[in-house]
Amino acid sequence: MTPRRWKAGATHAALIALVLVVTFPVAYAVIVSTLSLQQAYAYPPRLVPGTELWHNVVEAWNRIHMGRLFFVTSVISVGAAVVKIILSLMAAFAYTHFSFRGRALLFPMTMITQMLPLPVRILPTYQLMADFHWINSYSALMFPFFASTTGILLFRQFFLTVPRDLPDAARMDGAGPVRYFFDILVPISRTNIAALFVIEFIFMWSQYLWPLIVTNTEEMRVVQIGLKMLIATDQISPSWNVIMAGTIVAMLPPLVVLLAFRKSFAEGIAMQTAK
Amino acid sequence: MAAVSIRNVTKSFGEVKVIHGISMEITDGEFVVMVGPSGCGKSTLLRMVAGLESITSGEIAIEGKVVNNLEPKDRDIAMVFQNYALYPHMSVHDNMAYGLKIRGLSKAEIDTRVNRAADILELSKLLKRRPRELSGGQRQRVAMGRAIVREPKVFLFDEPLSNLDAKLRVQMREELQALHRRLATTTLYVTHDQVEAMTLAHRMLVMSIGKTEQIGAPLEVYTKPATTFVAGFIGSPPMNLIPGRLQADGASVAADGDTRLKLPQAYPQLGGRSVLLGVRPEHLEICAPGEALLVPKVDFVELLGSDSLVYGHIGQDKASPRVAARLHASVRPQDGQLPLRFAPENLHFFDPDTGKRIEP
Repeated sequence: MTPRRWKAGATHAALIALVLVVTFPVAYAVIVSTLSLQQAYAYPPRLVPGTELWHNVVEAWNRIHMGRLFFVTSVISVGAAVVKIILSLMAAFAYTHFSFRGRALLFPMTMITQMLPLPVRILPTYQLMADFHWINSYSALMFPFFASTTGILLFRQFFLTVPRDLPDAARMDGAGPVRYFFDILVPISRTNIAALFVIEFIFMWSQYLWPLIVTNTEEMRVVQIGLKMLIATDQISPSWNVIMAGTIVAMLPPLVVLLAFRKSFAEGIAMQTAK
Repeated sequence: MAAVSIRNVTKSFGEVKVIHGISMEITDGEFVVMVGPSGCGKSTLLRMVAGLESITSGEIAIEGKVVNNLEPKDRDIAMVFQNYALYPHMSVHDNMAYGLKIRGLSKAEIDTRVNRAADILELSKLLKRRPRELSGGQRQRVAMGRAIVREPKVFLFDEPLSNLDAKLRVQMREELQALHRRLATTTLYVTHDQVEAMTLAHRMLVMSIGKTEQIGAPLEVYTKPATTFVAGFIGSPPMNLIPGRLQADGASVAADGDTRLKLPQAYPQLGGRSVLLGVRPEHLEICAPGEALLVPKVDFVELLGSDSLVYGHIGQDKASPRVAARLHASVRPQDGQLPLRFAPENLHFFDPDTGKRIEP
């Protein structure tokens, strides 16, 4: 082999190894979800899939009422992502297309909110929710997530690449700012919107700590808390096969969303560099 | 169609004044080109006519009506932008129809107008395409179509051809002329390209750093440049400008120390006066040494095929006044000396202090 092919081969080997390391936990979870309880506890660990997948899935589904968990989590994930996108679009529009008093100060302040980690905000936010009498409601689950620095920054960067002539042309055509926003700017942001939707949906689907704090009934629990209950409700030793089956099922909605928006998502991310 | 009046218009961005009081009366149906180097304020002036920039002082009137405080959409004008500014997510048809839709025209009326414009611009087969599926020239035509369908009183063009390659630019220039003949709509056209200005304009407004240098028909601007700026900007290579002082009899000029230049005729009325002599490179011709008015030493020659550009200097050293001459390609300078003459009607005088033209 030529030195050049050696180099390419080595690169590939390293990348393949990396992929294996990254995917192993998921692959192992899938395998365990197909095993019986005895097989799951076997030593050395079994790496060949079994036949108990369906049984385990049904068991997990019924034990923690996954139907209800999916419903609640879907509502808050879609709801928060959609509201977040709308607010981010509007804020980015304001920051890029209008000059107003205090703009130079407001934008950095928006960015600073990004620097406060969630644990710092939990107490005051909880207090706020309590004052609103929103504890154990959809509002409380979603509200703290509506404002998104990531979203504002993403759209702001995209809007800055839009040539100045475009809003001018729309103005000549008689479109005011609002019309320009809905007729031109939002449609051309389509791929960025898709990218942000995917990111935010997955982010919301993975929420654990905040929902745990702000809800207190079975009805309002989300998927991640449900998975934790799957472990806790097992009295003797955790039935890892059932837990893994539940985990795999819980991963499906984000996966579906990602695949559905895959093309736009990739374009949206790529556009940031290609423009 | 309408007349446009620009009356002593100025524009400041904060402390910085970019337009220093420009006035021009544009008659109905006229094609006026605003030309000048980058940063001279020509686009800003156009955007003020469009209503995209506010007017700091002065007035702009369209068809006798002052439009200073009107939104662009209420001025009954249409504009074509340098980078086309097409709506990327809309088809060619929708791009052209958008402004009409906002105006609340009926669908039938919109389709009639769009189809008519598409016909004129040969876009009929492309109506369903998106801008990204079009070539540069086609995009430019869509941008023009978007302006045409509005049937405005005034067309505004902001460097519409500068993103096209040279060949396409020539073709689009022709199309623009044909279009103007057909529609006869008052047109304001901004460019930095003197060829576009010369070929398209009925009249041109030559600008430098926010000031009017000259307003006139292209040939007038070429044959009687009002200032040294215009003399240098219109024409390629630029007009030769040689500083000197006329002798008392007005028949020759003392330039750069000992160097003496003869003039083709005497100008006794300018006797003793300091001037800038202007002669265009294409108006210099080679002649017998005895008839020569100036004899530059040749520095270098650019062969262009049909003709050649000869660059030289008159006087003792290379720092002395430079001269360029456009000569027939067969001319070969001998011994590095080039005896040249020019006709009296091709000689221009400018005031060295103000740069203004002097009519002898």
